[in-house]
Amino acid sequence: MEKLINEFSIGLFFWQSVLFVLLLLLLRKFAWKPILNAVNSREEGIKNALAEADRARQEMQNITADNEKVLKEARAERDAMLKEAREIKENVISEAKEEAKIQANKMIEQAKVAIQSEKLAAMTELKSQVAELSINIAEKVVKEQLSDKDKQLQLIDNLLADVKLN
Amino acid sequence: MREKFLLKLVVLLFIISATPSYAQHTEHDDASTELSTKEAEKLERKEYIRHHLLDSYDFTLFSYTQEDGTKKHVGFHLPIILWDNGLQVFSSSKFNHGETVAENNGNYYKLYHNKIYKTDAEGTITYDENHHPTNAKPLDFSFTKGVFMILLTCILMYFLFTSLAKSYAKNGSIAKGAGRFFEPIIVYIRDNIAIPNIGEKKYMKYMPYLLTVFFFVWFLNLFGLTPLGVNVTGNIAVTVALALLTFLITNFTGTKDYWRHIFDPLGDSMPWYGKAPIYIILVPIEILGVFIKPFSLLIRLYANMQAGHIVLMSLIGLMFLFKSWLGSPMSFMLAFAISGIELLVALLQAYIFTMLSALYFGFAAEEHDHHEEAATH
Repeated sequence: MEKLINEFSIGLFFWQSVLFVLLLLLLRKFAWKPILNAVNSREEGIKNALAEADRARQEMQNITADNEKVLKEARAERDAMLKEAREIKENVISEAKEEAKIQANKMIEQAKVAIQSEKLAAMTELKSQVAELSINIAEKVVKEQLSDKDKQLQLIDNLLADVKLN
Repeated sequence: MREKFLLKLVVLLFIISATPSYAQHTEHDDASTELSTKEAEKLERKEYIRHHLLDSYDFTLFSYTQEDGTKKHVGFHLPIILWDNGLQVFSSSKFNHGETVAENNGNYYKLYHNKIYKTDAEGTITYDENHHPTNAKPLDFSFTKGVFMILLTCILMYFLFTSLAKSYAKNGSIAKGAGRFFEPIIVYIRDNIAIPNIGEKKYMKYMPYLLTVFFFVWFLNLFGLTPLGVNVTGNIAVTVALALLTFLITNFTGTKDYWRHIFDPLGDSMPWYGKAPIYIILVPIEILGVFIKPFSLLIRLYANMQAGHIVLMSLIGLMFLFKSWLGSPMSFMLAFAISGIELLVALLQAYIFTMLSALYFGFAAEEHDHHEEAATH
């Protein structure tokens, strides 16, 4: 201990303190603060850049997901539209068929009615013609038969006999 | 293969043990005068090492004995600054390396065991019974070799780190040149010394001191390993100055909790009548701790650097003492290995000084969370 105290030099202590404190103050102002600030800000910058990159990646992912979603929706819409179109088509066809059937039935019905009426008309005409012909024939026959007296009497007799029978 | 190696080892050991005995044998044959010269040589070396460990008033690179018997010193002189009835400034060349009495403004000074004493024109020094000089010692503020090296280190550090700071501004926050080497060290001190010990919130306040003290101690330790022969960090005055600064910063930035921890270490965990008998012992220990912490800092650095220098110088001295073809290379190898270790020690001691300073600052800056305590009440 005595050796240590003996070795202790006030002058060196004084100079060391003065120079060191001076160095400390100078370096603090001109070196350490700028260096630490630069290092810190650079680290901050790196951290921010990384965060930014992460966020960009996230955003990119979101966009891709969005795209996918839109695509999916579009596909679904297309499918729905196709389905609807198919349905409409089927409807139209079936409706058309129905209509056609109805129309056809109606036409057949009308044709039937027309045929019936034509037939009726033809029948009545035929009847009237037959009647006319019969009368004409009957007239001719009667004329023929009633040309002599005997025959007229016979006819009357026949007719009377018919009446009697009734 | 193995046997061959063993054989070599045995031969080597034999030669080592044989050589000194051979040397001694020749000594005995010669007159006893040679033995005394050898003793004198040893003493001279011891003195040389002791002298090297001390500060000196001139910067001597090397010295040798000239043909005419006078000693020739190669180096330069440094100014002597004394406070003795006013400022006395003169060159250390007046001492002629302690061989002559220096005269300045009618005052006479003499170097004795590397200390300046006031004396008369003849340079007489009176001694007390313990062979200590009783002459007056003027207040010595001389610009010694140590101060010169400190100043050199300061200038070097200033230019090194301001240029690093400037290179950040110029190169868009990227270090250039030597800064590439120093920047990781600065970041290491921040991330592994300052932040873990002091905490994220307050570390910036202490960073300038920690960085300055780390590089200052490291650089001076390294300069100590150069052949310039400076031993600044192994000087008690320097380590006292450094530790004193740590002590002052610790206690001047101490928070309320820091002081509470010293004077009321147990806190609210015990009623006052329970604490009183414990505190009679505990508080003095805590107060002593405040001083012991920086004291351990200064002794550790001083002793490590001093011891390293003594070991290294002794091993180098052995090279000349052996004077044999085997002993000298062996001690050279040993000195070489120890130099390598000393390089590590230079860094390690700077690291330890910085680390422990940060630890003490951490205690001083500590602020307890009282939420926990409040919750239990």
